[in-house]
Amino acid sequence: MKSGECLYWQALNRALDAEMVADGDVIVLGEDVGLYGGSYRVTEGLYAKYGEWRVRDTPISEGSFTGLGVGAALVGLRPVVEIMTINFALLALDAIINMAAKIPFMSGGQFPMPLVVRMPGGVARQLAAQHSQRLEQTLMNVPGLRIAVPATPQDAWWQLRQAIRSDEPIVVLEHELLYFGKGPLDEHAEAPPMHRARVCRPGDDLTIVTYSRMRDLSLQAAEQLAEKGIEAEVIDLRSLRPIDWDTCIRSLGKTHRLLVVEEDSCFAGAGAEIVATLAERCFFTLDQAPRRVAGRELPIAYNARLEAASIPSVSTIVAVAGAMCENKGDLP
Amino acid sequence: MSDLLKKMLRDMLLARAFEERAAEEYTQGNIGGFLHLYPGEEAVGVGVLHAAEPADYIVSTYREHVHALVRGVPPGAVMAELFGRKGGCSGGMGGSMHLFDRERRFMGGYAIVGETFPVAIGIAYAIALRELPEAVICFFGDGAVNQGTFHESLNMAALWKLPVLFVCENNHYQIGTEIHRHSAVAEVYKRACAYRMPARRIDGMDVLAVHQASREALAQVRAGNGPQLLEFETYRFRGHSMADSGNYRPRVEVRAYEDKGDPLDVAMAEAGMDYPAAARQSGDHIGRLAEQLGRDGHLSAEGLAAMKVEVADTVAKAVAFAADSPQPVMADAEAALDCNRNREVLI
Repeated sequence: MKSGECLYWQALNRALDAEMVADGDVIVLGEDVGLYGGSYRVTEGLYAKYGEWRVRDTPISEGSFTGLGVGAALVGLRPVVEIMTINFALLALDAIINMAAKIPFMSGGQFPMPLVVRMPGGVARQLAAQHSQRLEQTLMNVPGLRIAVPATPQDAWWQLRQAIRSDEPIVVLEHELLYFGKGPLDEHAEAPPMHRARVCRPGDDLTIVTYSRMRDLSLQAAEQLAEKGIEAEVIDLRSLRPIDWDTCIRSLGKTHRLLVVEEDSCFAGAGAEIVATLAERCFFTLDQAPRRVAGRELPIAYNARLEAASIPSVSTIVAVAGAMCENKGDLP
Repeated sequence: MSDLLKKMLRDMLLARAFEERAAEEYTQGNIGGFLHLYPGEEAVGVGVLHAAEPADYIVSTYREHVHALVRGVPPGAVMAELFGRKGGCSGGMGGSMHLFDRERRFMGGYAIVGETFPVAIGIAYAIALRELPEAVICFFGDGAVNQGTFHESLNMAALWKLPVLFVCENNHYQIGTEIHRHSAVAEVYKRACAYRMPARRIDGMDVLAVHQASREALAQVRAGNGPQLLEFETYRFRGHSMADSGNYRPRVEVRAYEDKGDPLDVAMAEAGMDYPAAARQSGDHIGRLAEQLGRDGHLSAEGLAAMKVEVADTVAKAVAFAADSPQPVMADAEAALDCNRNREVLI
């Protein structure tokens, strides 16, 4: 690893450590986050450094330990709850949706909710249907929640620290296949606003809007498209609530073509919201109907070939983007 | 002690009058949504909360108007919240089931059964981490004990010795299903032994017994000796909510609580309470307390009458305050949602 580079999980680990040093109210809790160090090593070393009251191994009680985080946040702690995988978060949705997202509002603005809920998720390697979910669409529809989807070590470092410092409830969706990916990390670089999208690659022919692990696939696809003379602009949203529409709209003003790439299954997924809003706001800017490359309408199969075929691949993105740009030479 | 007894009697009278008035206002259309009323259960909320210190935290259910009142939330702010007005204790955003008062550490009414447990252990976790001599009082009903959060949270509370007093208001019904039809073990306090948690069952119609048990338990909890559970057997004289006539309950059972005498007299005798015969005839715990106070010479008939006048006046003023309070506007709702944004730039 080059100097200045680190793995995604290490960036999260350093972010937690930095915030725990800075603020004694920051606590971490979840299954195996303490002595064991976290299923994806994100909390490694923290238990020894901060002790069991600040790094708490919990029983397997997602609903109640997430709710515990809510209660602790009400009185000023800054809990970072780790839900071992997003699949288990279904058991904690009452705490996240009914409690964390609503208490500040329904108390008439009396209470802060400095709660962070971290969840690894996405389709990893043959974990089968119950461990291969993308639930971002479930959380996106909840006013009062914020959702960060860091795709790089640098964003993981920035966005987790920003989430911990915020007084609003924030879900951080981490992709299981990103944890051991590496990338540059500058701990002293100034962070952009937490929910601002990033143009990862400039291009004039079409705009690919994506997030999380699909950022990497979209960038690879863009390189292949470039070989065919198609320049794709790739936007990593970095956040799913709120969404930085202005960055997308600026890009569409240049490219006039929209492709959304998401691992989530297509129907009523994150891409549905992205396409709907951008179609509403850029209808006359677009040269053609927006397209989505998304997961199939299937639970994820255990079989490796079927699993791979159930989610977007670089070649699918290239094929759809290529088809969208087929007539680009004909345009005035 | 007599001052405390008088205060508790006054709060019970206020609770009854406030709730009966809320029912009228609901019928008039001034209160909407779900309205869950407390008559019959006053001894529990009043007895428990008079044992609470200002530094303790209260986490409550959707039947929480009286908990808020006894905690000291101004009656006008509670009634205005029922009216959905800006002057309500939650600014009109919460309503009957979501009363909050940060200043009085009234940490909210929660309308999903079983939510009070994790909220309470979370607050208690912060208290334990900070090593403060405070307690969390967690209210719940008999219907909540079959939610997973009950068992999950009791386990964590006991495991980490968190300062929580779990208070079960056992009114024997989860809406329309009687406890023997919803629970394999109908004695709620017995469930605590699975977590090695001290627990007792107390006559929830006897405010003195409620208060004494709560005071003892809270002293232990605040001292860092871990959580405790108290089960108070009580009864609601009304249906589950204003939308419920309660006609699934046998008439004779309702009568037994309201008029004919208290089936819990045995428990009271065991507790060593010496009530006058007239009070024992009555299942109405407010009447019972008034008789006790009268017999002991703490309160004259005139004193009781004056107390009732003061309570009626308080309720009338609360309604007037609510009616005069302005309606919140959409900007207030948006401000409530973004109350914690501070100066953060999101995009």
